[in-house]
Amino acid sequence: MVKQLLVGAALAALSVGTAQAQQGKVSGDVVKIGVLNDRSGLYADLGGEGSVVAVKMAVEEMGGKVLGKPIEVIAADHQNKPDIGSNLARQWIDRDNVDVIVDVPNSGVALAVQEVTREKKTIFLMEGPATSSLTGSACSPTGFHWAYDTHALAVGTGRAMVQEGGKSWFFITADYAFGHQLEADTSAEVKKAGGTIKGAVRAPLNTADFSSFLLQAQSSGAQVIGLANAGGDTITSIKQASEFGLTQSGQQKLAGLLIFLSDVHALGLQVAQDLVLTTGFYWDMDDEKRAWSKKFMEKTGKMPTMVQAGSYSAVRHYLKAVEAAGTDDGPTVAAKMKTMPVNDMFAKNGKILANGRMVHDMYLARVKKPSESKGPWDYYQIIRTIPGDEAFATVAESGCKIASQ
Amino acid sequence: MPTIFGIPPQALFGQLLLGLINGSFYALLSLGLAVIFGMLNVINFAHGALYMLGAFFAWLLMTQVGIGYWWALLLAPLAVGAVGVLLEKSLLSRLYKLDHLYGLLLTFGIALMIEGLFRHLYGVSGQPYPIPRELTGGQNLGFMFLPNYRGWVVAASLVVCLATWYAIERTQLGAYLRAATENPVLVQAFGINVPRMVTLTYGFGVALAGLAGVLAAPIYQVSPLMGSNLIIVVFAVVVIGGMGSILGAVLTGYGLGLLEGLTKVFYPEASNIVVFVIMAVVLMIKPAGLFGRER
Repeated sequence: MVKQLLVGAALAALSVGTAQAQQGKVSGDVVKIGVLNDRSGLYADLGGEGSVVAVKMAVEEMGGKVLGKPIEVIAADHQNKPDIGSNLARQWIDRDNVDVIVDVPNSGVALAVQEVTREKKTIFLMEGPATSSLTGSACSPTGFHWAYDTHALAVGTGRAMVQEGGKSWFFITADYAFGHQLEADTSAEVKKAGGTIKGAVRAPLNTADFSSFLLQAQSSGAQVIGLANAGGDTITSIKQASEFGLTQSGQQKLAGLLIFLSDVHALGLQVAQDLVLTTGFYWDMDDEKRAWSKKFMEKTGKMPTMVQAGSYSAVRHYLKAVEAAGTDDGPTVAAKMKTMPVNDMFAKNGKILANGRMVHDMYLARVKKPSESKGPWDYYQIIRTIPGDEAFATVAESGCKIASQ
Repeated sequence: MPTIFGIPPQALFGQLLLGLINGSFYALLSLGLAVIFGMLNVINFAHGALYMLGAFFAWLLMTQVGIGYWWALLLAPLAVGAVGVLLEKSLLSRLYKLDHLYGLLLTFGIALMIEGLFRHLYGVSGQPYPIPRELTGGQNLGFMFLPNYRGWVVAASLVVCLATWYAIERTQLGAYLRAATENPVLVQAFGINVPRMVTLTYGFGVALAGLAGVLAAPIYQVSPLMGSNLIIVVFAVVVIGGMGSILGAVLTGYGLGLLEGLTKVFYPEASNIVVFVIMAVVLMIKPAGLFGRER
């Protein structure tokens, strides 16, 4: 009996010893990056394989290695289903030793994955999802929200529209976590700027026909119709708004609260012209962005969205932090990431708040008219740079509990 | 202002009209499914993919060959019909002796392959297809603005549905078809080429899907996902109407379009499930569907 106890104690001591020895090293002798996003559904063009390509570009820049160990990139399709997403994340972490999960568009899935990565202390780099609650009520010590969020969109587009005279609003909202949060954040911003909310209608995700909702928005008499949706849903609603002559009368304006470059490309400038939108990235702003985007274009045939460019930036920063920390241990790297400024083609002097929010400049843009566009992918005119501190909420405002401890 | 359940009557008329427009697509697609099931006993899961194919043919004709909408309205369904004939001859015809389930699995597999191919080639955001010049603009009906194109869709689908119903229920050819379903051996003995008739029926059924695809192209994005978004609802329509009942499929298509339109006014969150709730209720009360016969 005593002997057994002794053996047990010795084994326990040994395992503690190995655990300590492993610190300062790379688990499994490989840094595994898992890109988890929608690869086949309505959000596949704004992230999808493009995000994987962008992540691989960051890995290439590091020479394919960090701390002398190889970096591996894997990808999977969460089909916009939170249960599939969280199961994949769990399987990746438990069985495949994935060290970091990247992208995860669709706020519903991201919220589910955030629960898994918080429990497993795994780094989670979010570029695709929008809801600001990911760094608010649902924040995690190892979760990082990178490219944009609903708060920044509301501040950017919401405030700009009210200032232009769009005082009364009606929302067409995607009926899940993201849409609700975007509607709430924008409503708050509109009211703060002196506007009013006339109403909202909740449309199921992936609706084929928006005409009914558009008609309700029209009869509300609101000056601005806010589209709190994304991807394919935004494309359909803008296209059908133009078909039903909603904006031609000049009495109502459309505000696409979340519009990606891929959406504008699919709509064509004829339909999308003059839309005002907020973005975290546009390829044609400076030489560094143009050079990177050109490389991306060579690999994919498309210009990058802010989600894809953000995925590059986040993974690059993560790998730099692994190098600086000398380990790929989740909490250690997370702490390191928060102390380092983000400087790359995506962000200048970006900083990461205690709640995981990466603060960088956002841009208010207007979609060009067909006559103004010089060629393919020449779509945006940047109207204003929104300083990061204005675009994103502070830690205190975010309501994140772990950060205030 | 007087209201109906808190909604101004004008808004209600508008929503009903929109429901009718969506119902037109349900009716056209479920009609094709009903014809195929009625004559071939095949549950054609590839219907949505062939509808998408119709829209893509129209888009390819426009962008690659420069052929506009009106010719596409004729050519794209013919092309989809030809694809259908090919599928029937090469694959489906081998499965008639087996259980329904095999046809379902085969067509489901074909649908996945066609959709996967187009997703790979063109992405998911879709391609824009302009409304033909003759049908741009719209009418102010007083209670709503009706785009001319949507009015055209309702008219075109009504004509096609009625013509199909007439051809199958009221003509000599239709009589042969119906007889061939009941007793193929006997009909063949009368000197009628039943296998060819079956092949052409399948071709015709999927050509209807192709036609719906062309009609849909200017309204929705021409996207690889457009079929799979619609097909599940259309199957529910066919089940509610009664498998194989042509009149049932058409009437249920329009009816459910209207009902869905109403749901979008009163409780929009439920608009994508209302059809399935009705399906469940109908299956409990009348398992063969509203217009179906017990076999």
